[in-house]
Amino acid sequence: MARLSSENLETAYEIIARYPVKKSALIPLLHLAQEQDGWVTDVAMAHIAELVEVTPAEVIGTCTFYEMFKRKPVGKYVVNICTNISCQLLGGEELLHHAEQKLAIKAGATTADGLFTIEDVECIAACTEAPCLQVNYRYFHKITHGEFDSLIDDLKAGTRDEIPAHGTLAKVRQHIPAARRAGAVAPTDRAEPVWLIRNRQEGAS
Amino acid sequence: MTMNDVPKIITSRFDQGDAHTLDGYRRTHGYEGLAAALEKTPQQVADEVKAASLLGRGGAGFPAGIKWTLAPANVWPRYLVVNGDESEPGTYKDRMLLERDPHQLIEGVLIACYAVGCGQAFLYIRGEMAHAQERMAAALNEAYAAGFVGKNILGTDFSVDVVLHWGAGAYIVGEETALIESLEGNRGMPRLKPPFFPAAKGLYMQPTIVNNVETLSNLPWIIRNGVDEWNKLGAETSKGTRVFAVSGHVNNPGVFEVEFGVTTFRDIIFDPKFAGGIRGGKALKAFIPGGASAPWFYEEHLDLPLEKVAIDRAGSMLGSGAIVVMDEDTDMVKAALRLVRFFARESCGKCTPCREGTTWMEKIMQRILDGHGRPEDVALLMDTADNISVDFMWPPRMTTICPLGQSATTPIASAVMRFKDEFERYVGGPIELNVTVKGAAFIGPPTRKKEGSGV
Repeated sequence: MARLSSENLETAYEIIARYPVKKSALIPLLHLAQEQDGWVTDVAMAHIAELVEVTPAEVIGTCTFYEMFKRKPVGKYVVNICTNISCQLLGGEELLHHAEQKLAIKAGATTADGLFTIEDVECIAACTEAPCLQVNYRYFHKITHGEFDSLIDDLKAGTRDEIPAHGTLAKVRQHIPAARRAGAVAPTDRAEPVWLIRNRQEGAS
Repeated sequence: MTMNDVPKIITSRFDQGDAHTLDGYRRTHGYEGLAAALEKTPQQVADEVKAASLLGRGGAGFPAGIKWTLAPANVWPRYLVVNGDESEPGTYKDRMLLERDPHQLIEGVLIACYAVGCGQAFLYIRGEMAHAQERMAAALNEAYAAGFVGKNILGTDFSVDVVLHWGAGAYIVGEETALIESLEGNRGMPRLKPPFFPAAKGLYMQPTIVNNVETLSNLPWIIRNGVDEWNKLGAETSKGTRVFAVSGHVNNPGVFEVEFGVTTFRDIIFDPKFAGGIRGGKALKAFIPGGASAPWFYEEHLDLPLEKVAIDRAGSMLGSGAIVVMDEDTDMVKAALRLVRFFARESCGKCTPCREGTTWMEKIMQRILDGHGRPEDVALLMDTADNISVDFMWPPRMTTICPLGQSATTPIASAVMRFKDEFERYVGGPIELNVTVKGAAFIGPPTRKKEGSGV
């Protein structure tokens, strides 16, 4: 339970500066908070509210709309198993049931050791690779029950370094160098873009 | 032109291992379209895209060039928003484009911003696609450093920032006004149209062009090769190529770029070059032609070309290019329930018919599947669906702000109308329906087989 760390606060300021209106940074900042704590805490939401200058209630309002934001602790590894149509046709539901057996929890629950949460999710855009799943949003395609078991065993043994703990979304961030920055364009900035003006003037001459 | 001669337009770099890097991209004509665009006036570029009749690849199929002209004159600033929230069940193409050829999209974004006069662009990528976000972030960082994005692009007075933005898990955000709400930091609920047509009143109530990832990824090729080359490909109303994901019970599920409007469903499902037919030599039972929202198609639709007008007329849509194939052993009640459950989970809750209707339809279907259904439950189900999509017309009559609610009724109408016997087995008695069903694809079995194959 924490406000954003000083390092994350730097990142937060950089993200906010990209947008013409601060509130647009709300979802990226919620991801940042989730990356820091593994879930989205009330304290972090209050901090985000300060940063984007809205009320905490507005932050909660946005946060609770989106599936990916967890409002209570989840496993270090969130295992999302797709059961939507393309996966259902090729054994997605059976894979989910197998996962529930293997980890001895129902979908939506977290194992007692805090390592795994299983989710029964909607289409994750890997339909030609069914049945598929994600661990912390990293894809695994055409998964057999045996492969699922090995994956879980690997994760327990800590031999899957490529999968960061839950919350870390992208390991590469956008960074706009100051010298190359065109700048956020505020909705109140009524000027016509310069390249349009130039082209019109050249056309007229 | 045979299928083998069709040039790969947007998937041309899919097998090039380093296409996601700036070097790899530039080695294969990367950013040449942008350079060519900057030699022209913005108006010339916009005219060229309009002449290309590039239909939007996100679902609705609205021509991108026309969409651009809908922004009111002399209202500034304008924004470009890229819809990369690919979530329609069965759809798998934008994620590939983002992961394998991110610079192609950036180049398309820049060409669009230059032509339309957008002061800033936002790349809204679905939250669950971590790798796509990493690839896009790395590509943007490289492109900024090399002078392709940002201030004074390629040494000209054209300047625009492209901001990478993430979603956080909500199918409805693929609807363009919901996407704008989400980008403003709000719950992703659609806005009422009119007045909130994004081209007039979009992001921060300013003119906003919302284009799909695949749509914009076509622009570098069109500008580099010219609209005449583009218009040689495809059918009269559906130009160029299109990417389709074929999934389900096929031998070779995959993502295929084919000539738009020429290739048929039979080609793409059965040809060994594409999906290679039904697994285990089984018979086809039904297929979804364009994502979970699309009414199902059957054997008699196989010879329809993948072309917007013909598919619309036959009572369905190409939507997001997602073809899901179901073999003869598929339990259609189970399949329909899974799709209805999806829409019930993803309804944003703003409009009553959708919020209440999808939830009740899921419950009724679950009861039927669990073996506790009564024969009259199927009529109840169809009556509930009829309250969301009146008379099951195609295109549907709107009772809600966005089409999600109507989409939830298409798997029900498809399954009930065509596989009534399966429902009767579940409920243990004959079913009597008391609703009017007008959508062409729902009605059957058809006597119009010849007409269907001749379109």
